[in-house]
Amino acid sequence: MARIGVKEKEKKITWKEVKHQKVLLIWSAAIVVYGFIFYYLPLGGWITAFQNYKPKDGLLHSKFVGLDKFKFLFSDSTFLKVVRNTVAMGVINLVVTFVMAIVFAILLNEVKNTFGKKTVQTISYLPHFLSWIIVTGILHDVLSGTGIINEMLVKLSIVDQPINFFAHTTYFWPIVAFANVWKETGWNAIIYLSAITAIDPSLYEAASMDGAGRWAKIKHITLPGIRPTIMILLLMNVGNVLNAGFEIQYLLGNGLVKSVSETIDIYVLKWGISQNDFSLGTAAGIFKSLVSIILIVIANQLAKRAGEERLF
Amino acid sequence: MKKKKSAADKIFVVCNTIFMVFFVVITLYPVLNTLAISLNDGIDTIRGGVHLWPRKFTLKNYHTVFQKQNLLTGAYISVLRTIVGTFLSLALNAILAFIISRKKFLFKSQLSLFWVITMYVNGGLIPTFIVYNGLGLTNSFWVYVIPGMISAFNMLVLRTYMQGIPDSLEESAQLDGAGYTVIFLKIISPLCKPVYATIALFVAVYQWNSWFDSMLYNRMSTKLTTLQYELMKLLSSVMQQSGSAEAAKNAAAAVTPASVRAAATIVTMLPIICLYPFLQRYFVTGLTIGGVKE
Repeated sequence: MARIGVKEKEKKITWKEVKHQKVLLIWSAAIVVYGFIFYYLPLGGWITAFQNYKPKDGLLHSKFVGLDKFKFLFSDSTFLKVVRNTVAMGVINLVVTFVMAIVFAILLNEVKNTFGKKTVQTISYLPHFLSWIIVTGILHDVLSGTGIINEMLVKLSIVDQPINFFAHTTYFWPIVAFANVWKETGWNAIIYLSAITAIDPSLYEAASMDGAGRWAKIKHITLPGIRPTIMILLLMNVGNVLNAGFEIQYLLGNGLVKSVSETIDIYVLKWGISQNDFSLGTAAGIFKSLVSIILIVIANQLAKRAGEERLF
Repeated sequence: MKKKKSAADKIFVVCNTIFMVFFVVITLYPVLNTLAISLNDGIDTIRGGVHLWPRKFTLKNYHTVFQKQNLLTGAYISVLRTIVGTFLSLALNAILAFIISRKKFLFKSQLSLFWVITMYVNGGLIPTFIVYNGLGLTNSFWVYVIPGMISAFNMLVLRTYMQGIPDSLEESAQLDGAGYTVIFLKIISPLCKPVYATIALFVAVYQWNSWFDSMLYNRMSTKLTTLQYELMKLLSSVMQQSGSAEAAKNAAAAVTPASVRAAATIVTMLPIICLYPFLQRYFVTGLTIGGVKE
């Protein structure tokens, strides 16, 4: 339907051109119909957040309740807790994975042995391709009572008894952060490594002539050289802070650590699918989307003010 | 250039090498440890101390895995969705990228915008669930491959690559009377093989690793769940069982849930590990192409 409206507005459309592009137009129309159904139609479902949605009544006959669902959300202490968890883990993960990727890329770039460099890099992004299911399975082996971590802690007499890492709220956020670093550092470093490669080699040579040491070169050439890349990736990731909290939290979480492990997405899943309160689940989802968009806009504005690269 | 190394330089090289070795160990140890556990006698593993090499070698854990009907069905579904899903997604993204990268296409900018928006806004879990349910996609294999066929990011990577192909090729083909279908299939696509490989790999890994859609839409149809989801169920049952009477019963059968899970984990990651050395260069290519324009 949207296509017809667009067609009328276009001036340069001639019958000859339309006929010539017939195949392209048919395919693009089909793809737009597909996109409308699978990508845009769910947006219409946002209405359910303002209703008391009952599957048997459908979208059209469910009762409208205004902002009641949102009021309930903000008075629900569990919701406030999951927002805190999402933000905390999102920020911690963002910071540690970001710093680690940059440090790793810079240090790997300093490795002069080509074979060694290639080998390390190839190994470094392997974990990126493993699913979170596999990663949590592996984590269970490593952190179990008989795993290497507990074994070392006991041998070094740091603790008397093996720690049950998955039963204490203290360890949950660090474990999630570590798992993210383990999985993504090598992968995230790829983009920085290619940015470093693009830096003009003559800069380094000139610096060497002036007697600059390795640190001076990293600090004054490499880091400023990849600064635009860092800024762009930071911007892109700030908007994703709230999106980074589902799979591992869902897979590693259990009753004992519920108070720190549950995120907005898990809350949505619980209320929406398990409790069948579709409206409340949708409301929480909308809250998350709105905050993400606001975060992107703010980050973009800040970057603009600082005279940095920006997304739009 | 490097005639004389200063002491500080030498220290740096040594430290950096140690860091890299440390990094590699941290990355590989957990994977190799799980491999060792999967090949070790389950009861023996409980004693602890199994690191990189099985102490009491056995294939029993794998034997148990391959006897579990749900894992076999899961593997079949996972292979099927990876093949079908990758093919459909690549074909559709390539067609869309082809259309958008035609300079003369009448609705070029509108069509781009239509898809770029989907990168930033989506309906969210519940509304999406309602729509798929309404379309009859729940409890069906098609929910794995039909929704989400187009990824705006992958499409933009393909478009960027296609834009790099000289227009003169298209023009001369048109002079010879070739239509767009022929141009797409016979001229553009053969030149796009490297980027097609990259995108196909991205999608294939995504498809192989997916479990959430299986849990959400097909939990009730045991014949349609994926391997990753079955592995997840195995994992959560291990967590609940440990220390219970169930665990003791399992122990009597000489396999423990933990050792069976280790074996299942290895089986699930095997396809990726095996293909990885051959395919990893494509991943990097794709990421750098995408990075240029993004």
